[in-house]
Amino acid sequence: MKLDLTLRRAGAFALASFLAGTAPAALMAQTPADTLVIGDAIDDIVSIDPHEAFEFSGTDLINNTYDTLVELDPTQRGVLVPGLAESWEVAEDGVTYTFKMRPGVTFASGNPVRAEDAAFSLQRVVKLNKTPAFILTQFGFTPENVEEMITFDGDTVTFKTDQPYAPSFVYNCLTAAVGAIVDKETVMANEVNGDMGNEWLKSNTAGTGAYVLLSYKPSDSYILEAREGHWRGDAKLKRVFMRHIPEGATNRLLLERGDIDVSREVTSVDIEGMEGNADIRVETDLAGYIYYISANQKNEALANPKVLEAMRWAIDYQGMTESFLQGEQTVHQAFLPRGYLGAIEETPYALDIEKAKALLEESGVELPLNISMSVRNSQNRTDMAQSVQNTFAQAGINLTLSIGEGAEVLGEYRARQHDLTLQSWGPDYPDPHTNASTFVINGDNSDEAQLTGSLAWRNAYDPGELMTMTQAAVMERDTDKRRAMYEDIQRQHRDTSPFIMMFQENNRTAMRSNISNFYTGGTVDSVTYWLTEK
Amino acid sequence: MTAAPDAPAPPAGRLSGLPRVLRLIGGTALSLAITLLGLLLVTFIIGRVVPIDPVLAIVGERATTAQYEATRLALGLDEPMWKQFAIYVGNAVQGDLGQSLRTKREVSEDIIRYFPATLELATIATLFGVLVGVPAGVLAATRPGTWVDQIVRIVGLMGYSMPVFWLGLLALLVFYGILGWVGGPGRLDAGFSMMFELDVEQRTGMILIDTALAGEWAMFRNAISHIILPSAVLGYTSMAYISRMTRSFMMNELGQEYITTARVKGMPEWRVVWVHALKNVMVPLITVIALSYAYLLEGSVLTETIFAWPGLGSYITDALFAADMPAVLGGTVVVGVVFVTLNMASDLLYRLVDPRAR
Repeated sequence: MKLDLTLRRAGAFALASFLAGTAPAALMAQTPADTLVIGDAIDDIVSIDPHEAFEFSGTDLINNTYDTLVELDPTQRGVLVPGLAESWEVAEDGVTYTFKMRPGVTFASGNPVRAEDAAFSLQRVVKLNKTPAFILTQFGFTPENVEEMITFDGDTVTFKTDQPYAPSFVYNCLTAAVGAIVDKETVMANEVNGDMGNEWLKSNTAGTGAYVLLSYKPSDSYILEAREGHWRGDAKLKRVFMRHIPEGATNRLLLERGDIDVSREVTSVDIEGMEGNADIRVETDLAGYIYYISANQKNEALANPKVLEAMRWAIDYQGMTESFLQGEQTVHQAFLPRGYLGAIEETPYALDIEKAKALLEESGVELPLNISMSVRNSQNRTDMAQSVQNTFAQAGINLTLSIGEGAEVLGEYRARQHDLTLQSWGPDYPDPHTNASTFVINGDNSDEAQLTGSLAWRNAYDPGELMTMTQAAVMERDTDKRRAMYEDIQRQHRDTSPFIMMFQENNRTAMRSNISNFYTGGTVDSVTYWLTEK
Repeated sequence: MTAAPDAPAPPAGRLSGLPRVLRLIGGTALSLAITLLGLLLVTFIIGRVVPIDPVLAIVGERATTAQYEATRLALGLDEPMWKQFAIYVGNAVQGDLGQSLRTKREVSEDIIRYFPATLELATIATLFGVLVGVPAGVLAATRPGTWVDQIVRIVGLMGYSMPVFWLGLLALLVFYGILGWVGGPGRLDAGFSMMFELDVEQRTGMILIDTALAGEWAMFRNAISHIILPSAVLGYTSMAYISRMTRSFMMNELGQEYITTARVKGMPEWRVVWVHALKNVMVPLITVIALSYAYLLEGSVLTETIFAWPGLGSYITDALFAADMPAVLGGTVVVGVVFVTLNMASDLLYRLVDPRAR
């Protein structure tokens, strides 16, 4: 794979330089006028059952074929709007939520959407207990109690949580793909061996979304068709044709020839090469992925606060985003991605070798400090690691890079066997608790506890007071206060924790210039096809 | 994937009493079984010793220790390795290749989906390789040292040494991007592709055959314009190999005494070369062609990636990197069967071409 990557880069680069001097001479191909043709890598899809899917491409498809009770406005960052529920409220007790269903909505099958379908869907998530189920089960639902906790009556659904959580936390979680409402009658008619229609929903859809799935071939393509008379207003384009095109240079050629309308798989080299082509426009928005380096606190030298601080000053954040990460990453130094409630944008740390040297002197550790850092074998990560290795060396830290396959590096990380590790993290649902919980909360710092899902535990990080603050923030019912709490937690975490936050990833979408209103969903939501025009 | 070793000959003593056809079939079945078992064993062991944890590859970043353990047990990874292998082989014999860990689909269904695309591409690529490679090799052999020979040599050398990724991108850029002579990456244009998915009955999974059977000739032509470039790029490599081998077999053959005799008798030179010599060259050449065909049938990851061609190569490679052993083993079985079958087919062809082998 390493060789493949190098070859690909070399090929793409040469191709870009070659293309710079030429212009396609032949006539442009045309995509069908009523169809949006997209090139993307969709081989990450494991399932398109909305209560099982947890991959980007799968949730993109689900966002357009299903609706949730509460939604995020695709055109505005993080604003909640009514979905299949026209209104909702939380009772004085802080644990009882009531959703009033929007009348007159039908599923693709023609069945009316009832409160019963909504209650069934949320119960189904908990009973199936697939990967994304935790987004709902964290409110205290279990397969045993869920029928009592989530109930319906007439046109309302009632939802009881085990503790009085921040309402914004509950609503944000319901906007995730796992909150999709499915057609109970259709799904149960296709049940096999008590799977609640899980097998059937891996190749069919049964929702209320703007589109219906016509065909799906894994790692190849899917076709969606717009529904007529959709409650939100009809989709602008009748069909969406998604093609699995994993290679950047191939995407670029297809886009330039007009054989696809949108590409979500173009690289920096391709984008650079397309500059000056009036037929192509590139849109950039932020994605949810955060890149960070973390230090195992079981290593005595790395538990030294001065050493950690020295390392924060010994990384050339700007230098990287201005060179090999140009356009791909933005400097970001807090655990919440921009776009989340409570996210902060300040970046106080910058490369300062003298300061780092002084801090290392003060720390009292033996210099030069010899440590290793594990890195996944991918181009941008190894590039980042080499830059860090270089600047660390100038400050007096000899960094050995240990480069391995993803699962290998992850295995070592989960076993707390690393010194430093360069990693990325993407949020699981559109609420700040998703990252706060993993970067801060560590219920038991012993090796035996095996809290491998927590990044704090993996680094043997004892968060002290920050943990109490994080637990309070997820309960805060005043959203403005809640925001301020996260801002405070992140600043302290940034300056004291063993996590060195570096970058937030960018989403880059290249499209033909006649395409408008293509919303990727940014950091908090999935892509929206129904507003796109051409 | 490595090439299967040539099938061992069946023990003549025990089977010699049976009719020839039965002997042939019995011997083939035996060699198929031994080859596959060996292949599976090696793949299985490699899959277990690589430092990639298959459980982690499935459960991912977020999993708790309890989820991790549950998955490990569900996969039967707590059993001793020999037992895991025995269970796998037992199921495989009954046609159950297991579920892909990554996609959670049946491996056999996945392979049925990906293999036709590879088969279609590899067949046309091999046709290209043979139709160009054999005449080129003959021409070079009959005119050694001339400019014809030099050109065949240089073109062949380029086929060997140019990375297929680079060649593919360049071909795409020139013939699709700039000249617009052929269809782009993918098996059909977007519009046709949707029609194919929705309106055409997919009997074989091979677009050229399915569209022809459905009488969709516009779509058929479009499919040809899409397959021409990737098959030429793939076929180029086998063409290089075939033309070099043809040249050397032919040079050898043309030095034989019967050729001199034929020439002395006044037989036209074209007949000497294209009929008498070529007929004898065909015998070793069949093996060369069959092996290069088998090689292409494994699927070429790079070509598939550039041409957005949903084939077996990408499937097996993706599975390998995800430590998805059922998918890797399933792919290995298919490649193994392909090798043994083609070996058998070339053996049969031998008998047709060479009377001494009958």
